[in-house]
Amino acid sequence: MTDQSPILRLENIVKAFPGVRALDGVSLDLRPGEVHALMGENGAGKSTLMKVLGGLHQPNEGKIYIGEKQVVMDRPQTAKQNGVVFIHQELSLADELSVAENIFLGELPRKSLGRVDWEKLYTDTDAILDRLNVGFNARTRVGDLSIANQQMVEIARALTVDPRAVIFDEPTASLTDSEKVVLFDVIADLQSRGVGVIYISHRMEEIFKITDRISVLRDGSYRGTLNTAETNEEDVTQLMIGRKLDLSRNKVQHEMGDVALEVRNLSCGKLFHDVSFTVRKGEVVGFYGLVGAGRTEIAETIFGLREPSAGKILLDGQEVTINSPQDAIARGISLVPEDRKGQGLVLGMNCRDNMTLPQIGELTSGPFTSDKAEVAIFDKYHDALDIRTPGWRQTVGNLSGGNQQKIVIGKWLSMHPKVLIVDEPTRGIDVGSKSEIHNLIRDLAAQGYAVIVVSSEMPEVLHVSDRIVAMFSGRVMREFTTEEVTENNLVQAISGLSEDRVA
Amino acid sequence: MSNINRTDLIKQGAIWAFIAVELAFFSIAGKFLSVTDATFMDPENMLLLLKQSAPIGIIALGMTIVMINGNIDLSVGAIFAMSAVILLDSMGWAWMQSLGVWSIPISWGLALLTGVVLGAINGLIVWKTGVDAFIVTLGSMLGYRGLVFMYNGEQPTSHLNWTLVDFAEARFLGLHTATWFLLVVALILWLVMTRTVHGRNAYAIGNNREAAVNAGIRVGPHFLWNFMLIGFLSALSAVVFYSESGSVNPNDGMLYELWAITAVVLGGTKLTGGYGSIISTLGGVIAIQLLRKGLGHIGSDTETVNLVIGLILIAVLFLDRQLNRKGKEELRV
Ligand SMILES: Nc1ncnc2c1ncn2[C@@H]1O[C@H](COP(=O)(O)OP(=O)(O)OP(=O)(O)O)[C@@H](O)[C@H]1O
Ligand SMILES: [Mg+2]
Repeated sequence: MTDQSPILRLENIVKAFPGVRALDGVSLDLRPGEVHALMGENGAGKSTLMKVLGGLHQPNEGKIYIGEKQVVMDRPQTAKQNGVVFIHQELSLADELSVAENIFLGELPRKSLGRVDWEKLYTDTDAILDRLNVGFNARTRVGDLSIANQQMVEIARALTVDPRAVIFDEPTASLTDSEKVVLFDVIADLQSRGVGVIYISHRMEEIFKITDRISVLRDGSYRGTLNTAETNEEDVTQLMIGRKLDLSRNKVQHEMGDVALEVRNLSCGKLFHDVSFTVRKGEVVGFYGLVGAGRTEIAETIFGLREPSAGKILLDGQEVTINSPQDAIARGISLVPEDRKGQGLVLGMNCRDNMTLPQIGELTSGPFTSDKAEVAIFDKYHDALDIRTPGWRQTVGNLSGGNQQKIVIGKWLSMHPKVLIVDEPTRGIDVGSKSEIHNLIRDLAAQGYAVIVVSSEMPEVLHVSDRIVAMFSGRVMREFTTEEVTENNLVQAISGLSEDRVA
Repeated sequence: MSNINRTDLIKQGAIWAFIAVELAFFSIAGKFLSVTDATFMDPENMLLLLKQSAPIGIIALGMTIVMINGNIDLSVGAIFAMSAVILLDSMGWAWMQSLGVWSIPISWGLALLTGVVLGAINGLIVWKTGVDAFIVTLGSMLGYRGLVFMYNGEQPTSHLNWTLVDFAEARFLGLHTATWFLLVVALILWLVMTRTVHGRNAYAIGNNREAAVNAGIRVGPHFLWNFMLIGFLSALSAVVFYSESGSVNPNDGMLYELWAITAVVLGGTKLTGGYGSIISTLGGVIAIQLLRKGLGHIGSDTETVNLVIGLILIAVLFLDRQLNRKGKEELRV
């Protein structure tokens, strides 16, 4: 493979933003038919590098070659014309339009007089959707799809042209295991056609499963390229974060107190039914299940965003009614939501103001907000979570995806809740910070917080939970203690198969 | 960190640079084209200009907050007229006249209360029905104007109180009463928007309503407060203006909503919400008044003035878009 000439080459790319040197002389080449991983911590510059390649950012220095020819990627269309397509980290779809319209946006097939050729549009779209093996069709409204399915629409969009290189920026962050399998099939298919794939992900197991080479960035500079077959997780991690990562920390069993939160026979329409569980002080309860199993909806109901149709919620043994998030917050319940951009962050605001938003009412002196108190909170969680930003004044929308997530987590941690619910806490978070966040969750529990972790990642649930609630299709299938749980019986429980039937 | 806020500073400074350009242009052009001998940059003339900016200016300041929220209020002109009618009519009531000077604060209070109540109606409808503020206030704009006509038919409502006229024409440190009202309102609202919880919440709601709800901000009551505030300011604007003029026509205040919105937008506030500044709106208000006065000074008629302001507005918004795109490296769509 090494003697093949590359499809594209990036040479000494430099990109500076106000206050940040996001890329500092990065070079990279992509060969036909290879899957090339791009790795690095949150804010290392991965997305920025790809945006430079995709014509979304103009580099300050450096050259881009497609084959042997130097190309100035002055806009996304140029990249597309050169066969480079980009599947973004953040979704950018028009909710009100159908799947087909989204996929062919801007290039809808025409008939005479500029009329849209709907028939062709739908058949073409269905042909692509077939390749992706998804459960929706060309006419579905995108707003009605789950995040995972919206992601598939983004991918479908890239397949409309015959690409030479496809960039995936954290495509699996919100996909379930079965959807991942489909995605990997798509990638393998591209690969067999000689297409080069650049693949950004924080998930080591994926990287080692599907990639051929791994390039590593740290703080905007290029740290080297490794052949996947000749390296291992430790080496890559070391290259990424510049030190060895201690993953061996054992789960410390700590004293648990009384029941902090009890949910009895809670139902909410068709979303979930007859759900009961308890969370004790000092306990981490993991909710595991497929996307759509009703876990997020339970969290939202406890947080007052949805009205339950039946059942009770008890805090410290007292029945409570929670009609709104402010009720929940006042009672010491916090929710780190699943979709940070849509639900978690005010993207146009700066980092500090985002972090202090729920408690700004308390951070006042006289009628005015207190800068000092606010900055103190920001500094504390900035350090604790190792958030990479040039300062608190930076607009949150300009942070890298992982650092945005840390701002949301910091926001809710700073509220010192009694019950902390985290929905997909480490989506898009790099390995180093991920284990930091896991440790943090364990530490919070040790301090007496009752914690609920909703996650679609099995290793995560296994790693942080004291007890695991397995859900399928809106119902609790089974509860596991750490002693009982195995990967096998967990998978069975969340696919709705009862044990004896499988055995 | 200064470089992060540089684009912000440039944007907020732009309106003042524009004002400087206007001043220079009219001073020079005035030398050749002026219909009078008076120089344009005359201090007295400038002070008068500030005074004349006050009625729409006070409303525009309130509009800024409503627009940062992502809402809009089209009924301000009608609230302005209705409050003026209450102000002048109440001073003529028999029991009020028996109170002597005390009738003044009471009539002011009644007028301001009118504004707050009408604003509260807007706010409650927006909150409780969830209908878009544009539509709600489009309706109330027509409805409130109807009330004005029902009150006194086509007749003007008049009452001249010389104590009030003296007050309105008084000057303190060279500035007219109306100017003082404008500046004090601007100062208070600036503090509210930059230094208080309410201001912070306003930006958060305008920028991402869902995230604001998740942070425990009560969006409905917040809207209600802001509609009451802009109702109050519309009434205050009427109080300041009609204390001096003493007579209100039922058509007064028409198109005020559009002038206020124009000033806010010129000042850089986004129609989509989440971004904007009180001080820049003040700049927008002054810029418009300068244009009107300046064009009048060089002999243009009202139609030309409106045409020019319209063109400038579009040019400014276009420039703003270009700047934003370059500055923020946004995805090009
Ligand atoms: N438009 C922008 N304006 C200012 N700074 C930016 C902008 N876009 C990115 N940055 C900064 O550039 C750096 C690199 O960001 P980038 O998004 O490339 O990181 P990343 O490696 O993709 O991280 P993640 O794994 O969290 O997605 C970060 O410090 C980020 O804050
Ligand atoms: Mg990224």
